[in-house]
Amino acid sequence: MTAALTTHDLVKNFGGLVATDHVSLSIAKGARHALIGPNGAGKTTLINLLTGVLQPTSGRIQLMGEDVTAISQHSRVKRGLVRTFQINQLFADLTPLQSLGLAISERHGQGSDWWRAAGTDQSVVAEAVETLAQFGLGDALHIPTHHLPYGKQRLLEIALAFACKPQVLLLDEPAAGVPEEERHDIIRILKSLPADVTIVLIEHDMELVFSYADRITVLVNGGILTEGSVDEIATDARVRTVYLGEDAHD
Amino acid sequence: MTHSVENAMAVMTRTARWSHWETLFWLASLALLPIFPNKALLFSQIAIMGLFALSLDLILGYAGIVSLGHAAFFGIGAYAAGLMAKHGLGDPTLGLLAAATGAALIGFVTSFLLLRGSDLTRLMVTLGIALMLFEAANRFASITGGADGLQGMMVKPVLGLFSFDLYGRTAYLYSLTILFLLLILARRIVYSPFGLSLRAVKANSLRAGAIGISSATRLVAIYTISAAYSGVAGALSAQTTQLVSLDVLDFHRSADVMLVLVIGGVGWLYGGIIGAIIFSLMQDWLAGITPQYWEFWIGLVLVVLVLVGHGRLQSYARMMIDAITQKGRVTRPDQRGTS
Amino acid sequence: MVTILFDGIAYGMLLFVLACGLTVTMGLMNFINLSHGAFALAGGYVTAALTQKAGLPFLLCLPLAFLFSAVLGMLAEKLLYRRLYQRSHLDQVLFTIGIVFMTVAAVDYLIGSQQQSIHLPDWLRGRLDLLGGSIGVYRLFIIVLCGVLALAIQWLLSHTRFGSQLRASVDDPRVARGLGIPVNQVFAVTFALGCGLAGLGGALGADLLGMDPTFPIKFMIYFLIVVTVGGTSGIMGTFFAALLLGIADVAGKYYVPQIGAFVIYALMVAVLILRPQGLFTRGGSR
Repeated sequence: MTAALTTHDLVKNFGGLVATDHVSLSIAKGARHALIGPNGAGKTTLINLLTGVLQPTSGRIQLMGEDVTAISQHSRVKRGLVRTFQINQLFADLTPLQSLGLAISERHGQGSDWWRAAGTDQSVVAEAVETLAQFGLGDALHIPTHHLPYGKQRLLEIALAFACKPQVLLLDEPAAGVPEEERHDIIRILKSLPADVTIVLIEHDMELVFSYADRITVLVNGGILTEGSVDEIATDARVRTVYLGEDAHD
Repeated sequence: MTHSVENAMAVMTRTARWSHWETLFWLASLALLPIFPNKALLFSQIAIMGLFALSLDLILGYAGIVSLGHAAFFGIGAYAAGLMAKHGLGDPTLGLLAAATGAALIGFVTSFLLLRGSDLTRLMVTLGIALMLFEAANRFASITGGADGLQGMMVKPVLGLFSFDLYGRTAYLYSLTILFLLLILARRIVYSPFGLSLRAVKANSLRAGAIGISSATRLVAIYTISAAYSGVAGALSAQTTQLVSLDVLDFHRSADVMLVLVIGGVGWLYGGIIGAIIFSLMQDWLAGITPQYWEFWIGLVLVVLVLVGHGRLQSYARMMIDAITQKGRVTRPDQRGTS
Repeated sequence: MVTILFDGIAYGMLLFVLACGLTVTMGLMNFINLSHGAFALAGGYVTAALTQKAGLPFLLCLPLAFLFSAVLGMLAEKLLYRRLYQRSHLDQVLFTIGIVFMTVAAVDYLIGSQQQSIHLPDWLRGRLDLLGGSIGVYRLFIIVLCGVLALAIQWLLSHTRFGSQLRASVDDPRVARGLGIPVNQVFAVTFALGCGLAGLGGALGADLLGMDPTFPIKFMIYFLIVVTVGGTSGIMGTFFAALLLGIADVAGKYYVPQIGAFVIYALMVAVLILRPQGLFTRGGSR
């Protein structure tokens, strides 16, 4: 069975700094795979490498068995590799409906249509409306993004990625900075994502990680410390040390 | 199709719909001719400047590319049409086509230089291209006429029927028609998914890439289109005045068109035309005061505009226009949620 | 050939002094300043006035031109430019173009459009026969003086506290602030120094390049080419880019006069195609 996403000995150097240290990952299809590690461990750099925002110094990346190392970010999206950002990256002056409509028409291959007005394709708008409703943004369809409260923006951040109908979805700290109320929404949405979509989750919230993930990879200083099931990681003393320090209690 | 989807589509397409004030605007422009028949030439110049500013709006307002050398394409268009008229191919439509094609070609080729690098790099590249063309036109004076200008242009009647008269009536109607047609086309482009993707690239190019938009192809496309539009403006200028000289490629022209666009408002297509009108009025008024030191006043206007915040002025003006035309309200009264 | 090389180096050195203030401005504050040439204009005109009207010796006018432009720069930064650091590049472009236009027109109106001439002392006139070529004494003077200045600037950057604060700020303003470096003040001082250098360059260059009201616009493109080609992360880049530009321009105009300035622009565009962040920057883009 082909893994959804694999890396082979991935390395990224910034001058003298080794940000990604010979990382070899294999993420199974339909997995709920969490990537954890202390700050500065290189988690976001890894996501940037996987999605093509950064080019690796060496190593390979395979998506659904295909080598995508040299392929641009937007082409990887077209092949089903989509991510969200730790800090919201949204289109400030576009509305949620416009943003999602854009992603959906791109997906349909109609993104370069210069003749029809945006919003006249019923199937695109319908899908956008439905997705936004799913994400609890049904009452904010036409509000410019920068007017939305932070929690809703975070939901939009994920909704936008979801609209690309990803096969592999990389979520970079989806619950970061989100107030308690919307946090439940996000967790609920994460749990309702289709089973055939492979999810890779970077998170600091251990409660979320342990309740959601089925496998966990621990990154430290750019390299993989260990990898295993939730139970294995939860009881791994090294992980505790890395996170909590030598003399932490429980 | 459910009611809410229908509603959503209606709201989304609301701004794209042709509005009453636009009809009014174009009718008024047409009416100017019988009302002020002896100013026809001036009006045609305004229309041409408006088209030139419109072309800049396509890349500045919708793609965020700051160009200090847009006169390059204006100049290419002017020389293309001028040279054709000089060598017996004086049909205006042919001239427009040649201008658009030539400018689009150079625009296409140079657009790849703008994809990488910062704002400063882009500024320099656009400026550099314009300066290179200026130098080239200067050096090849035997072809271009150099500083003295192209001599011996013979522009034929438009569509074989309407010859250019001394009062500029044909010139005005010709320029206005081309401006109108190109504006309609620009409207379609800007409100289309392609246009929306440009706005997305401008707003956040990182995220645009992350949802599958290839910003490079979009930027190349809009830059090429913008260059073609500039070229047409240049050709119109050449054909209506029967003059082409080095100043069509001058830095001042690139700076002026940017001022015109900023005065009228960046990013709403009509800004170029409104700006051209205001600019012309300003020119008229200031020429009465200090004909020589025009540059000073342009500089002052630029400084003041920036300090006061043209963006803010633009949004106030837009709010007023929206209130008058009752268009573009983003939240419907029956929708829940805050704005 | 030697003459051309020397002329080119002299021109390049002059461009370096004129443009290095701009490099730091753009590198440090990401502020696109198209009005930099106005400070060179100030230095040139002050020198012309002092040598011609007040009869002051040329050498004395040089530090005076520096001071004059530096003070002017300090005032301009405080009153005008400071408001624009957070604004979009478009706004900065528009604003500084506006300033240039106003300056050019004002000088034209107040002083007139004729070229300013500097009264050079006799020992700076004439030519020397050196290394097989004939070199103007004045050009040699410029090379020596600007070379000394370049070394002085380099020393300032690497051996003084201010210099290291400046380098830290250029490298990463946020981290520098976090370390307690008063980045805004560093910048204000740097801006003033940069304007002073431009003024000095204007004073030195008036005789060589011609000083009239349109100087800021004519030479703006050269300064910008130097900064863009040299990259904004260090003075060394500016130095080599300026030399390259100076030699290329002089050589181009001599060997292929038909296309003259075309060579420079083509060179710049070529460089920007290959390395958009400049020839001498350490990787990454800004």
